[in-house]
This record gives sequence, C-alpha cells and structure tokens, in this order.
Amino acid sequence: MNEPLGTTGLVLNEPLLWEKGQKGRCGYSLPKSDVDASPLDAKFVGEGPDFPDLSEVEIVRHYTRLSTWNFGVDTGMYPLGSCTMKYNPKTNERQAAQHGLALAHPLLPGKLSQGALQLLYELEHLLAEITGMEAVSLQPAAGAHGELAGMLLFYAYHQDHGSPRSKILVPDTAHGTNPASASLCGYKSVGIKSNEQGVLSPETVADHMDTDTAGIMVTNPNTLGLFEDHMKTIADIVHAKGGLVYADGANMNAVMGIVNMLDVGVDVLHLNLHKTFSTPHGGGGPGSGPVCVSKLLEPYLPVPRVVKAENQYRLSEDFPKSFGKLHAFYGNFGVMVKAYSYILSLGADLKKVSQLAVLNANYIKEQLRDVFELAYDRPCMHECVFSDKRQAAHKVTTLDMAKRLIDYGFHPPTIYFPLVVPGAIMIEPTESESKEDLDRFITACRTIVAEAEKSPEDLHAAPTRTRTRRLDETTAARNPCLTG
Amino acid sequence: MKEIDELNLPEDLKYAEDHEWVRQNGDKVVIGINDYAQDQLGDIVFVELPPVGESFEKGAEFGTVESVKAVSELIMPLSGEILAINTQLEDAPELVNQSPYADGWMIEIKPSDPSELDALLTRDAYLAMLKG
Repeated sequence: MNEPLGTTGLVLNEPLLWEKGQKGRCGYSLPKSDVDASPLDAKFVGEGPDFPDLSEVEIVRHYTRLSTWNFGVDTGMYPLGSCTMKYNPKTNERQAAQHGLALAHPLLPGKLSQGALQLLYELEHLLAEITGMEAVSLQPAAGAHGELAGMLLFYAYHQDHGSPRSKILVPDTAHGTNPASASLCGYKSVGIKSNEQGVLSPETVADHMDTDTAGIMVTNPNTLGLFEDHMKTIADIVHAKGGLVYADGANMNAVMGIVNMLDVGVDVLHLNLHKTFSTPHGGGGPGSGPVCVSKLLEPYLPVPRVVKAENQYRLSEDFPKSFGKLHAFYGNFGVMVKAYSYILSLGADLKKVSQLAVLNANYIKEQLRDVFELAYDRPCMHECVFSDKRQAAHKVTTLDMAKRLIDYGFHPPTIYFPLVVPGAIMIEPTESESKEDLDRFITACRTIVAEAEKSPEDLHAAPTRTRTRRLDETTAARNPCLTG
Repeated sequence: MKEIDELNLPEDLKYAEDHEWVRQNGDKVVIGINDYAQDQLGDIVFVELPPVGESFEKGAEFGTVESVKAVSELIMPLSGEILAINTQLEDAPELVNQSPYADGWMIEIKPSDPSELDALLTRDAYLAMLKG
C-alpha cells in the first residue's frame, strides 16, 4: 500500500443511550413464568433505575458505532511509551474463554479446581524462571498494586528484623506511581537525580542511603528507556546499609530472559502481565501485577499461596509471617490465563520478543534522530525518548506533533513523560510491528517535522481528519462534566 | 512557549532556582511561580496550597500545581510560617497563567530567617541561570 495510513471516511454519529429509544421498547424477552405471581412487600417497591427503553438493534448499533470511533492495537501501531501496547495474540483469548477456566468459581472446593490451581502454580514457576527470582505471588491486580505489595514486603521484612524504617529512595527516572506506592505504605520518598547519562550514579545512591532508609525503588530499564547499568553496585550499597531493592518490572519487555534480576541484587520485582505478557489493557484494566521475590522475602508474601503436595494443588494460608491478603480470592485470574497461554506459545522465543522490542526502538531512534532532539544519545532499550526542542523555534510543541500523528493513522506516543525531559516524546514500538509499519511511522514523523517548519498552523489545528477535533483539555480538567 | 527574552520577570522581585518569585512586603513575604514556570507548565488546572499556620523549611514542598501536562511540586524559597493563601486559585487556577505576579500569587509567609532572602537570585542572575 502506497497511500498514507490515515484517511477520511464516513463515520456515523451516535447519541447517548438516554437520548435513544421509546417508552415501552424492549430488547429482551423473559421466559414465561412457571410459578404463580406473589405479592411483594411494599418496602421493596419503588421507582426503578432510570434506564432507557431500547430495542436489541438499537443497542447493537450503539456499541458497534462507538467501536468504529475507537483506535486499538488491532487497528494500528500504538507506540505509547511505557505502556507496552503490544499485539495480543488471539489464542490467549481463546484459552481464557474455555468454559472450564472462564466459568470456574473461586468458591469451588480445591479438589474441583485442580486445573485452575495447577495453572497458577505453573505460571508462578514460569515467571520465576523468566526473571531469575525465587518465589512469586500472582495476587496483585495491577502494576501499582504490585508496587504496594513490594512496599508491604519491605515493611514486613524490616518489622520482622526489629528495625522499622521510614524512607524509600526513588530516582527521578522511576515510574510516577512508585513514590505514591511508597507513601501509601507510610514511607517518605526521597527523590534521587539521575546523572547526565540518564541513569543512576552509585555515588548519588550512597550519599542518600542510610539506616533509616528501607530501600530503593528502581525502574529498570528506566523511564528514559535506558538500562541502569550500575544496578548491581547500587544494590550492594543499599544492602550494605540493611536496605532492600525493589525493581519496577513495568519495562520487563526489554529484558525477558536476558537479565537475571536476582543476580543484579533485586529483592522484589513486580511484573505487569497485562503489558509484557500480552493482555488487552488500557482504560483501567483488568491487569495483573505479580511480585517475584528472593528467598529472603518469600516468608512475607501475601496469602493464600498455591502449594503442591502429593500431586494435589491447594490454596494455603499457613504462612505465619505473611503480610496478609491483598485481593479478593486470588487476583485477576483471566489475565493470568492469557499470560500463561502467551508464555507457553512462545517458550524460549520470549527472549527474542525482548530482542526485537529493543531492535525496533533503536531503529526508530536512529531513523528519527536527525529531525527530533534525542534526549540521551546512547543505545536505548525498548523505547526511545525525544523532545520538541528543535521544533520550538516554529512554536510547535510535542502536543501538536502527537495530535498530528493521529491524522496519519497512528496512536500518539507518550508525551511530557518522563518529567526529566521537557517536552518528552516517548516512543515504544514493541516487537509487534513489522519493518514496513515502522517505516510508515517514521515517514509520518518526518512529514510532521517538515510541516512544523512550513505550516506550523496546521499542526496547531491537528487532528483534522478525525471525527472529533482538538479537544479542550484545559476546560475538561478545570470544569469536568462527570455525569451523562 | 516563550523564548527567554520574551519572559516577563519584574526587576523588583527575587527569584528561586525552582522558578518561584518572592516579594518582600514589610516583615511578610509573598510567593508565587514566575512567568517562565507558568509558561513551561502550560494551562494550569489545579493548585493545592497548604493550610494557614503551617511552617515549612526552605526547600520543602508546600503544595502542588497541576497543568494539562504534569503535576509539579511547589518549593519553599524561604523557611517560614504560612500567614495566608490565595483561596481564589481554588476556583480560578488560570489566574496563575494570566497574572503570575498579581492575582496569581500563592502564599504569604512570615520568614523565620529573613537572611535567607539574600541567597535568592536577582532578575539578572535568574535570567543567566535560565540561559545556562
């Protein structure tokens, strides 16, 4: 195809459901009652909820039309840095939809749930093998929940050793949720600046590390898409003062099967199954953020834990040092099934996933470095970070260029994050994109840079090919309308 | 965004490296964020200020400012006790963009160590810092 990806076409308008339908219209029919009508106590009788009266076809068209306004990774490239919007293989959905798994009830007795429990048990061991860690809990329901689990593990460990501590070191290249998770656990976060190479200096960590500091939260690769190459030295510094090392594994897509996290001194690592191990995500879930730990922290993992004895799997609460329960039942099981399916589908090729993700990001970095300002000039991992510095002279910002990418048929990258790069443009192509698609994206970016010089006003107006034009984000934030 | 020479940085104010401005008013001091900060942040949508009566050390976070781009910390350029806050910003955070030195002021404090004022930057020194 030689035509540009983004084009215009007929899109149908669709009102809110409350603006559709007619009184008395109905989209379902209940089976005829086979019992006699029975009077209802007056206290249960009242006004029903304000639901619109709609026919089946009205509802189907409503949601089908809304779906045509949508853009997802099944539509096109979604290089939203830090989010790992990889393609989610359909086999995962097929496995998760199997009745034996999809309809399993968490209150069924263990002897009727052996398959589900076996899947959890094996997934824990697969994740331990992939990361190099020694024990896993699948309970946390999302990345930030995994971070909280990590902080609760820190807390439980220090309490158990009779030396509660009050602070946590958090680099400026960590994920934004890290300090929030530390605060939620009652820790005070101490910010640490990255060096001119975009990574942490062991000296800076040593300057801040003391015996009142519970440990450090390092995102590795960090949010600049750079590998923290002093990780082991930093871990040694933290351990020498009795602290622990938390690794935010949100960027694990760069290092699967490549970095052994235990070897580089990590005590707790969380994973985002929904990102690295391919589940449709965004828009609030569902997610899954398992924590992987060393033997040192295993006693404190949340309960229940899946245990295997005499070829039977069961959930056990018998871990006296556990910090307790983190989630109803056992986390988001559906996401775990998809991750299990993904891992078994790829096997040893998981390592290749990471290699290709890194190769794709470096390809984009090299192909665009002459038109976009590169924040840190060194090989990147799975994402690269540019800025709008060279477009500033034309009064064109990162936001303008991101909006214009929509016109060309691409989801915009992450913008204005990480905060250490003013006007950041953070591109994470993932391993899913072919060279042809990467080249299309690169061509679109180069076209936009040329437009920034020749007709900056076009970029200020972008997007122009979409159903909805540039949204007024300021008014939306200052005066949010939260009801239908 | 503005070029450095387009910035409005009044001569009669002192500036902090974290882009706050400071105006001495007898034994009180008024603090806000400067034109460079509001311009870099973009449209400000929320300002969170501390309760009156609270005291902060120089360098401590006294609040946050949220724009369409990011949430940023507000840093005390001087140590002192909060005497008043600009309650108008609760409903009209845009005042910080429109009038950073007047209607968009943030806090009034009683400095605990007035000599800290001497360590703040003049307009020219602040400009030199921005130019790097």
